[in-house]
Amino acid sequence: MNADVILDVRGLRKFFPIRKGLLRRVVGNVRAVDRVSFFIRRGETLALVGESGCGKTTVSRCILRALTPTEGSVLFHHDGQTVDLAKLRRRALRPLRRHMQMVFQDPYASLNPRMVVGDIIGEPLLINGMRDRTERRARVQELMELVHLPASVMNRFPHAFSGGQRQRIGIARALALNPSLVVADEPVSALDVSVQAQILNLMLDLQDRLGLTYLFVAHDLSVVKHVSNRVAVMYVGRIVEVAETETLYASPLHPYTEALLSAAPAPVPGAVSSRIILEREIADPANPPPGCAFHPRCRYATARCREETPELAEIAPGRHVACLRAAELSLRGIGKAPAA
Amino acid sequence: MRLPFTRRKPAPSKAERYATATQLQLTWWRFCRHRLAVVSLIVLLLAYTAAIMADFLATTDPHQTNAATSYIEPQAIHWFDNGGFHPFVYGLKGARDMRTFKLSYKVDTSRKVYLDLFAHNYDYSLFGFRTDIHLFGLRNANRNDGIYILGTDQLGRDLWSRLAVATRVSLFIGLVGVSISLFLGVILGGVSAIYGGWIDILVQRMIEVVRSMPTIPLWLGLSAAMPSSWSVTQVYLAITIIISLLSWTDLARTVRGKFLSLREEDFVLAAELAGASQARIIFFHMLPSFTSHIIAAVSLALPAMIISETSLSFLGLGLRPPAISWGVLLQDAQNVQTLVLAPWLLTVAVPVIIVILAFNFLGDGLRDAADPYG
Amino acid sequence: MAEPLLSVRGLRTHFETPEGTIRAVDDLDFDVFEGRTLGVVGESGCGKSVAARSVLGIVEKPGRVVGGRILLRTHAGDTLDLAALPQDSAAYRAIRGPEIALVFQEPMASFSQYYTIGNQITEAIRLHLRLSRSAARARAIELLDMVGVPQPSRRIDEYPFQLSGGLRQRVMIAMALACDPRILIADEPTTALDVTTQAQILDLLRELQAKRGLAIILITHDMGVIAEMAHDVAVMYLGRAVETGPVADIFAAPAHPYTRALLRSIPTVLAKPRTHLPTIAGSIPMPSARPAGCAFSPRCSEVLGDVCRQTEPPAIGEGARSVRCFLHGGAP
Repeated sequence: MNADVILDVRGLRKFFPIRKGLLRRVVGNVRAVDRVSFFIRRGETLALVGESGCGKTTVSRCILRALTPTEGSVLFHHDGQTVDLAKLRRRALRPLRRHMQMVFQDPYASLNPRMVVGDIIGEPLLINGMRDRTERRARVQELMELVHLPASVMNRFPHAFSGGQRQRIGIARALALNPSLVVADEPVSALDVSVQAQILNLMLDLQDRLGLTYLFVAHDLSVVKHVSNRVAVMYVGRIVEVAETETLYASPLHPYTEALLSAAPAPVPGAVSSRIILEREIADPANPPPGCAFHPRCRYATARCREETPELAEIAPGRHVACLRAAELSLRGIGKAPAA
Repeated sequence: MRLPFTRRKPAPSKAERYATATQLQLTWWRFCRHRLAVVSLIVLLLAYTAAIMADFLATTDPHQTNAATSYIEPQAIHWFDNGGFHPFVYGLKGARDMRTFKLSYKVDTSRKVYLDLFAHNYDYSLFGFRTDIHLFGLRNANRNDGIYILGTDQLGRDLWSRLAVATRVSLFIGLVGVSISLFLGVILGGVSAIYGGWIDILVQRMIEVVRSMPTIPLWLGLSAAMPSSWSVTQVYLAITIIISLLSWTDLARTVRGKFLSLREEDFVLAAELAGASQARIIFFHMLPSFTSHIIAAVSLALPAMIISETSLSFLGLGLRPPAISWGVLLQDAQNVQTLVLAPWLLTVAVPVIIVILAFNFLGDGLRDAADPYG
Repeated sequence: MAEPLLSVRGLRTHFETPEGTIRAVDDLDFDVFEGRTLGVVGESGCGKSVAARSVLGIVEKPGRVVGGRILLRTHAGDTLDLAALPQDSAAYRAIRGPEIALVFQEPMASFSQYYTIGNQITEAIRLHLRLSRSAARARAIELLDMVGVPQPSRRIDEYPFQLSGGLRQRVMIAMALACDPRILIADEPTTALDVTTQAQILDLLRELQAKRGLAIILITHDMGVIAEMAHDVAVMYLGRAVETGPVADIFAAPAHPYTRALLRSIPTVLAKPRTHLPTIAGSIPMPSARPAGCAFSPRCSEVLGDVCRQTEPPAIGEGARSVRCFLHGGAP
């Protein structure tokens, strides 16, 4: 594996047991995440894309160990050392937490309404041993400048801020401990369009300035295009395709990616005539169809797709896809393919 | 958590005040918009003040019986005399009813008994001081004269004075009971939510068992188990404990539910990801987030407590004479005969209804203010 | 062009709050035509949902329609001013359903969880159409089939929680169409849905419109949805329509600086990866702190000066196209 990889997820599984009856016996499992493998390079943005219930949020929470994975490993490379986050005990995990932080989707729920902004941003510092008030205050001020918030609002409570400003506060808090990896779970989907752009730009700037690595979890392909270096597409608990952003958009290899791209609304009147409309509903992760989970909705599905589960395989340098017919299909993308 | 008002600067602008307002202040502002709840709060504050000052408000010793003054109708206070402000009541005159040959006292309009402010009467202690000063009393009274604003009962005791003391007993039995059940509820509900697993199941089943017990037979049994040799104070304590042992379940459920939903909150996860310890998360982030809910739940639990005591005593299972409480007073108004003879004994129900309603309005107002979207 | 089915003129809906009057909708004009979709687009607090609720007469307290006319051409052919009707009158109830129907953003919240979807649709049908129970049920199945619910005769006996988000939205549309309205108001109908499901629902709406000549008022914050669905567009900002016009014109030649900036700041799949987006400075003011003059002036990059900060620009333009901006004249 490449030396500049910061996070290497291998065979990650997270099952949620379905319990029934008085004795709460386990009668089945929701396979929220099933054998997911990917890696993130230092300084890049990997976007994890998929529709609701595809397991993208579960993956991100397993990496941060807000959830404990059922199986698999999450190798975190830091200071020349490698730790498997999936296997660490909670206590051993605490000192590592500072290197991985999170930006939340909901800027209202993610800030404690009972704390002033200065205390919210300063809390990670306090917890991690910066006891001195003035020192902490100076660092908070620095962080607020970093996300373009005036230091004068330090004594205000979150309710006084708009959604975009709250998201800036959330980003400042995430950066307080100088993390190397930031997991952003739908960081702009709750924001107004005119504010979305500000936050996306801010995230790009901060990445350049601080050398951050992002795992960007999102459902919106247009947002993802603006921030990511590489994209991983998930469907019902599995990754179906990983590629460089431009390549993936221009020439998708998985039929699901193709449909997702075609469904993304573009702000151009009259652009919809050629849309692929998927039939039926997303499969139930508690009871996924046999074979390829996408086959009931796939217009290229064959009998083989109903029986055999495709594994994620590298079919060209940097291009991973989990489709039995990937080699023979020629799918439609958006925009021009980059020169090889 | 920052206490309100610690960061006051010289006259900040309206927007700035809003921006730096704590959740407690915001809740208070929202609460103030709830008219009925504010009125209820004032009513309750008055009621509790009156309860604390019960002996001061009483005009005669509530325990003092007098066969001569049995069943006297409520007397009006006349405020003006001789063209000036001289409050008085009419004296009482004994007369024999020629059909029953019973001696009974009737109002004697020929004799005026004047009222004094801060008059001396029986001894009592207020905040640890012994005193005999009462809000008002009679100046030139005969043995049987009295200010019977609400009339007297069969044993000739002044209902007004008894009501004042009963209010104290009933209102504080509620407070003490709620404190005990709050303690139990927060501890058991919190433990149940934090540890989960079989502890959670155990506590939940316990709550279900307690809730499924039919209350009246249980009360019957428990009060039968209370030795009759117990003093009034002992019975009082026992009753509070009985009531609160049954009513902690609601609070425990509220606390558990709130804990569980807060644990899913993003800001709690954010603290965990920052490396915060369990204790910090619980005491710093979670507990402060539902104090207002607990206050609301408490103010809704209080009336239930008060009603429980009242009904227990009414049924003769709770406090017993010579203790005085709302339930004990209402016990006197139990049979039809007394109601026909002395309907004023029912006036005790009025403060009961007012206080219970006020608590409910207050609780509703607090709940809305604490959680405008919930 | 034909006569509009619904014509809104100078609509004002205000909310009296302890913090002062919030002018949620302030002097709004629009027309809705048979077989066409009017897209009302704007960000949070722009008043688009309140405008829809005003038309339906379901404004929540302390909001109130305080001015303007809402002229509706009914099935019977006469013209009614809905703004003059009390919200809770029988006359208004006779409008909701048979004339104008609503599809909400969150279908889960608009169904009762205790009745089957069949119960709820037949209820709506029987309330307005006086059909027998079995006839209403047959009609409900027909409606479910029409909106593309698979196996409608089985699904009709399911409870809302048994359906997926997309199916719930389809049922919601079936229910809205139960009494054969001519105008359908869709308030963010696809915001809670996934992209692939969103595509299905938008497709369904287009198909229904083509088949039944429905007039649709589509309320959304998503310019992509507008581009795809709308014939005419009203762009709203803080209670006012800053610009209206045919969809092609709005996208090709936006006249108001807000529309221009908004269109530029939208992320698109066509962009080059990792590129900065042009942004609009600042954030949307709280509706209670509406700036004086043109409400967009504090964020506008093309502001002309004090005239913008002090005077509300009037609507300039002819025909379907109009804009409220002093760049296009109208300065006092």
